[in-house]
Amino acid sequence: MPKPSSMTPPIVVDAVSKTFRIPEERVHTLKERALHPMRRSRHETFEALHDISFDVRRGEFFGIAGRNGSGKSTLLKCLAGIYGVDRGRIWMDGRLSTFIELGVGFNQDLAARDNVILNGIMMGLSPREARRRVDEVIDFAELREFEELKLKNYSSGMHVRLAFSVAIQVDADVLLVDEVLAVGDAAFQQKCFDVFHRLRDDGRTIVFVTHDMGSLNRFCHRALLLERGHPVHLGEPHEVADRYLEINFGRSTQESDSVAEGRGGDGEARVLEAWIEDERGERPASIPQGQRVTLKALVRFAVDVEDPVASVYVLNEDHVAIVVATSAKGDERSGSFRAGEEILCSFAFENVLAPGRYNPLFTIAHRGTGMDLMDRIEGAFSFVVTGPEAMGGAVDLPVEVGIARSEVQLPAGTRT
Amino acid sequence: MSVEAPPLETLTPAPPPFEGLGRPIRGPRALTHDWRRFWHLTYNIARNEFKLKFFGSVLGYVWQVLNPLLLFGVLYVFFVVISKVGGGGKPSEQFYGVQLLGSIVLFTFFGEATGGAVRSVVDRENLVRKIQFPRLVIPLAIVLLAFFNLVMNLIVVLIFALISGVQPMLSWLELPLILLMLVLFSTGLAMLLSAMFVHFRDIQPIWTVISQIIFYGSPVIIPLESVREKLLEPPNNSQIDSILYHLYMLNPLVTVFQQFRHAMVTHATLSAGQALGSWAALLEPLAVTAAVFVLGFWVFNRSAPFVAENL
Repeated sequence: MPKPSSMTPPIVVDAVSKTFRIPEERVHTLKERALHPMRRSRHETFEALHDISFDVRRGEFFGIAGRNGSGKSTLLKCLAGIYGVDRGRIWMDGRLSTFIELGVGFNQDLAARDNVILNGIMMGLSPREARRRVDEVIDFAELREFEELKLKNYSSGMHVRLAFSVAIQVDADVLLVDEVLAVGDAAFQQKCFDVFHRLRDDGRTIVFVTHDMGSLNRFCHRALLLERGHPVHLGEPHEVADRYLEINFGRSTQESDSVAEGRGGDGEARVLEAWIEDERGERPASIPQGQRVTLKALVRFAVDVEDPVASVYVLNEDHVAIVVATSAKGDERSGSFRAGEEILCSFAFENVLAPGRYNPLFTIAHRGTGMDLMDRIEGAFSFVVTGPEAMGGAVDLPVEVGIARSEVQLPAGTRT
Repeated sequence: MSVEAPPLETLTPAPPPFEGLGRPIRGPRALTHDWRRFWHLTYNIARNEFKLKFFGSVLGYVWQVLNPLLLFGVLYVFFVVISKVGGGGKPSEQFYGVQLLGSIVLFTFFGEATGGAVRSVVDRENLVRKIQFPRLVIPLAIVLLAFFNLVMNLIVVLIFALISGVQPMLSWLELPLILLMLVLFSTGLAMLLSAMFVHFRDIQPIWTVISQIIFYGSPVIIPLESVREKLLEPPNNSQIDSILYHLYMLNPLVTVFQQFRHAMVTHATLSAGQALGSWAALLEPLAVTAAVFVLGFWVFNRSAPFVAENL
């Protein structure tokens, strides 16, 4: 394999298109073929990639983002040489290592050791080199005690750990990684992050496929956004992330406007409408971090009501309530309302939510703790918070960080 | 799902610089120019197959040797002892047991190499879909493993032959050529079958049947001399009989097995050349072998770039 020269980019993709043929009726047997020799197997074509061009610079951490089915994995497979392309050209310089579909192609019936050796050879190591590195790989995956175990007895997390270890231990110049962080426990994820940082510092070129905008922001120098096989945006990761959230959640926000699921309560009041407003009173689908926003709900009473309690729960994608607010505070009275009257409840706050998608849940309840529900509405709409960087917390509070030499003298013996 | 998707604003980035990039990568292929890697891969896949097959069974590798011996025992009892095939005392039936065992061992190779190759590519979907490597290593690894078993089994045949009283002969040197023809024919079929199986899943049962037909259509149990006698010698031979005999002789395995019997066991049997009528006629089964090999490679090579997406 030619030594990579530092002058040219290690990956250049020029106007690549890839079309899959999806047969309408798959002729799977010779019998079918023999019975219907004249029938051309009809097929639909599906353009998985359309006219994609980009180049990745040496030492760059390049992200490919997109939803499921947007073509990002297909693109990665084309780069890896697993799929041929229909049009366009790809140049790839240097040794390649791939981590695709959460694996590197293990044989379930073989022990970890044998698989690691075989995969090392598959990825271009000499057999001696592959044998020399087995221990490193197994240690990195923290699977020393299971090395003689057949892979079919491994948990899926162990699988991924082993596969990822193989992929990074072959000293590739270019590493193609597909969705590694979706699985594995937190400790191993952290280890992957560390490896990514190390590889980045070593000047390795990494192409990283993900739909997690947080890790995109965290690692990538640049990113490409794909949507239905088309390149939509190429640039800074935070731009790509914003665009991604806009395309994917902006649309579904409108779709789910009419949906009213998760209703509950005795029906003596009805939440007619709920929405989010920004500072200008507009109702955007996505909201940048740092702005002041107001969640609003329009409620109509069916009966006369004394001191109703309005509450909001802002749930994140994991259905964890990140912000909870209620009008039931102390002995404060909210007033008495007649049947047929409408009220507007508003909850204004400084948007410190971490980038992502949120689902507000509104309730309107009888006087008291707010538990005696008249109406409860979840999924009326969702909104997306965009931000330059996802640190990993649920909210991004302004934090003053300081590092300084310690002036405090500790008593002897208390230092660890 | 929404059917009408809104139109997308797409990118038209400036083309990257193409100077000094060398050659663009090609998609997946059957072969590679890196022959050492090709060999390492073939060898290691075969080695793992070997492990999978034999580790964990009580007798392990002994089965591999026992299999043809058991088949030999059954066939010997039923055909030689009971039906008196080959036991008639004709000169060509000298060392009939060794002839039978030798043919069984050669056929076992053929069966393992071709039968094992049928599913081989599809069964390694996991590898094919995730790593770029020359696809041809998969069927070749199967053939390599079968060849290793063949060598082991031939040692058993050698011991059996020496015990039976077969004298070492100068013609034993022909063995590599005989095996070469067998390997080329089997490899051709292995490539053909494994590539076809990706598209046609009934190749497997079909091949099981054809394989059986080839077993009985080759001089394993029934000696070539008997077939020849039946079809070619007067008084009852007809035009059809000689055509049948010609067809029979086109099977490369007939040449391989017969020459093995002649060169390795006893000169009392006909050589392949004698059976064919002339050594020039040997070109026919050789041409069949070459044709199968080329066809197999051509089909495999053509389908290799698309295997990953057609699985």
